[in-house]
Amino acid sequence: MATAHSRSAARLMLSPAVILLLGWMIVPLSMTIYFSFLSYNLLMPGMEEYVGFLNYEYFLTDPAFFAALFNTLMLVGGVLVITIVGGVALGLLLDQPIWGQGIVRILVIAPFFVMPTVSALVWKNMFMNPVNGLFAYLAKAVGLQPFDFLAHAPLLSIILIVAWQWLPFATLILLTALQSLDQEQLEAAEMDGASFGNRFIYIVLPHLSRAITVVVLIQTIFLLSVFAEILVTTNGGPGYASTNITYLVYAQSLLQFDVGGGSAGGIVAVILANIVAVFLMRMIGKNLEA
Amino acid sequence: MGNIVLKQITKSFGDVQVIPPLDLEINEGEFVVFVGPSGCGKSTLLRLIAGLEDVTSGEISIDGTNATEVPPAKRGLAMVFQSYALYPHMSVKKNITFPLKMAKMDPAEQERRVAAAAKVLNLTDYLHRRPGQLSGGQRQRVAIGRAIVREPAAFLFDEPLSNLDAALRVNMRLEISELHQTLKTTMIYVTHDQVEAMTMADKIVVLQAGFIEQVGSPLELYHNPRNKFVAGFIGSPKMNFIEGADAQKFDAHTIGIRPEHLTLSTTEGMWKGVVTVAEHLGSDTFLYVNVEGFDAMTVRVNGEFSVKHGDTVYLSPDPEKLHRFDQQGLRIA
Amino acid sequence: MARNVSNTRKALVTAVAWTIGILIFFPILWTILTSFKTEAEAIASPPSFLFFDWTVENYVEVNSRSNYPLHFMNSVIISIGSTLLGLLIAIPAAWSMAFVPAKRTKDILMWMLSTKMLPPVGVLIPIYLLFRDFGLLDTRIGLVVVLTLINLPIIVWMLYTYFKEIPGEILEAARMDGAGLWDEVVHVLTPMAIPGIASTLLLNVILSWNEAFWTLNLTAAKAAPLTAFIASYSSPEGLFYAKLSAASTLAIAPILILGWFSQKQLVRGLTFGAVK
Ligand SMILES: Nc1ncnc2c1ncn2[C@@H]1O[C@H](COP(=O)(O)OP(=O)(O)O)[C@@H](O)[C@H]1O
Ligand SMILES: [Mg+2]
Repeated sequence: MATAHSRSAARLMLSPAVILLLGWMIVPLSMTIYFSFLSYNLLMPGMEEYVGFLNYEYFLTDPAFFAALFNTLMLVGGVLVITIVGGVALGLLLDQPIWGQGIVRILVIAPFFVMPTVSALVWKNMFMNPVNGLFAYLAKAVGLQPFDFLAHAPLLSIILIVAWQWLPFATLILLTALQSLDQEQLEAAEMDGASFGNRFIYIVLPHLSRAITVVVLIQTIFLLSVFAEILVTTNGGPGYASTNITYLVYAQSLLQFDVGGGSAGGIVAVILANIVAVFLMRMIGKNLEA
Repeated sequence: MGNIVLKQITKSFGDVQVIPPLDLEINEGEFVVFVGPSGCGKSTLLRLIAGLEDVTSGEISIDGTNATEVPPAKRGLAMVFQSYALYPHMSVKKNITFPLKMAKMDPAEQERRVAAAAKVLNLTDYLHRRPGQLSGGQRQRVAIGRAIVREPAAFLFDEPLSNLDAALRVNMRLEISELHQTLKTTMIYVTHDQVEAMTMADKIVVLQAGFIEQVGSPLELYHNPRNKFVAGFIGSPKMNFIEGADAQKFDAHTIGIRPEHLTLSTTEGMWKGVVTVAEHLGSDTFLYVNVEGFDAMTVRVNGEFSVKHGDTVYLSPDPEKLHRFDQQGLRIA
Repeated sequence: MARNVSNTRKALVTAVAWTIGILIFFPILWTILTSFKTEAEAIASPPSFLFFDWTVENYVEVNSRSNYPLHFMNSVIISIGSTLLGLLIAIPAAWSMAFVPAKRTKDILMWMLSTKMLPPVGVLIPIYLLFRDFGLLDTRIGLVVVLTLINLPIIVWMLYTYFKEIPGEILEAARMDGAGLWDEVVHVLTPMAIPGIASTLLLNVILSWNEAFWTLNLTAAKAAPLTAFIASYSSPEGLFYAKLSAASTLAIAPILILGWFSQKQLVRGLTFGAVK
């Protein structure tokens, strides 16, 4: 369905989106690249000078960088594992006939609507606080020492908070996929003598692969740049224990006003994200084609 | 109004040429059917005429003016799609009115035309329903209604009946034929079903792989197929083809005999065979017969003929109605 | 798995599902309950669940201490503004990719999605400096622009998948009926795609409402939406649980209500059209 006329109209209608996104990528990104080769501190305007790869050298040899890299990967990986395993389990559960399914679904979706700053503050203060938090109360009630989550397991605590926010998303997508599974396929497998476990492995899981791909893709995009949860809970600490790359670059640029260093960090973050992206795009390319 | 001439038109999608250079003239008021196997380029040809696709080369003229570069809306043609392509969010009335609204026609005239179309198509009681609330046949009529209100120079139909069940298909076939009698407007009708082509057309265009194999009236094609392809495509059940020594006897590479042109006997005949399946329809009997050295032959006998699986029968061709083809599959006159 | 199962089994599954549902929802429920307690009751041990003196003083206090209506309006304007602007740019783009696909359409779509992979910190400094120089820091218009750009790929992608479901023949029929491009998009495509557009709109309002990187980094006071308003409770006010809860409830209530009411469209939207 295409004539030369409709093709030129199509190009015209596509161009605003393409031009805007291209601009959004190229202009700031080239500025970041430019800044990353300067010694440039906002507190000392007018003193910019070209320093070559010095900013990169500092950033990449900084122990904070390795801590942040590790934390970023842990955060993304941890949340993905929790939400996918939890999402499949919850999806299977909600796919059963139950009373009040609609209400349960509403309850399960709710965390997705909570803004990151709110969920982080609520978890930090009302649940994880070692003195007045609900967890501390529960620990004391069963005779245990209250545990100071954010001081002693900051990264894990943040992973839990973020996983709570994303579990609804994974559950919904996986549930939708489960509901579209052809019932007769399962029944045929049952007739063929497949046990519940085998039916899950050979029929349900392959059917979910596309949905899992979507979950991984979308969540990774958002998880790579988790920021607010760290800002309002630990500020990346103690030390660098809960600093991810995003937070590290933020701290360097807007807390220490080191534009050069921050820019180098930003470019490193872009490169890392690209590595992940190539990996992911391969995966979607395969799974989303159809 | 409604004379369409295609001159040396071709169409390629990328490197693939779907329509090789093709000439065709469609006269005013004619009911022309494009028929051919699935994928042979019928829809593409129709869409070229409609203007929904650009021709790669060549010229299309409508009523004497060159329409090659004219956008679809300006060609004065109306099209009925296989899926009906009704606007699901509009009522039947709005659907039918849409082309008139687009033409900014006077509202009173719009009303008049829609009412007239609805009456012809028995849609008056359904004007306020949405397409989703209609049966397949009714949707089909709405699609036709949307086409006729514009009073186009020609109607284009792309397999309009293929989504209907068998009984309804026969009905709609008649309705479309009647519509053509009433309107006397040029109609171009695409189908892969040769029965539709035979029953509806003034002129049939048989296509294969983008080539026009033959153009002619239904009976011309039936009696004088230009080649083996047309002979096999037109007529149901299909023509039987025989090669080899038996064909040589008739001075041909291949001979073709229609199932209805074979005489059947239980005692004597040219070829001896064994019945594999016998279909007794009451009015006719279809037999599938294995003749030694041939592919299975189909025979059609008027009325009842009592044989069953495993019986031996004899077949003889009616020499008057035998078709002879040469090595290239072309008819030998 | 709709099959006849015994009622005992159904009761058991129901109990498990409800328990898990309530546990997942509990933090929100607890926040809402706490917002109606006094500060003393909020940290009482053992915690009181329903039997306490219900009070709205926290809401009064939060309102008098900060300008909630201003932040609320900022959130509304920023999230709705960026979504509408995004739709305006994305509908034509998605139309063209869905109905006039070219050889490179798939690549363009992938590329658009990949811009979403660009980590915000990669462009934080230039955007910050550009905003400073153009006087856009702490303005609503600045945030609308940024959020439009960062959500555009997702809007385009979602609309594309919805448009793909619309048979191209209908648009061709409109073309044959004499509709120009404008009529085709306005009278035929858009009304048919309303459910998809609604899901896209909802999901993007929610994503923008909850966006907490750019809103935190590019605003200070005037244009600060609710995300930034809440962040100011980071410390030490966060220790006043009742007030923190009241502020939090105020920040999440609009979206929670919107989300619940439009659950069906949202579920469709959330799956990004990629899962059926
Ligand atoms: N838009 C297109 N792009 C590429 N090839 C096409 C396109 N449309 C049709 N074709 C090809 O052209 C040939 C003829 O198609 P079509 O006209 O739809 O056949 P018919 O209607 O006779 O079944 C087919 O081989 C088909 O694959
Ligand atoms: Mg076709």
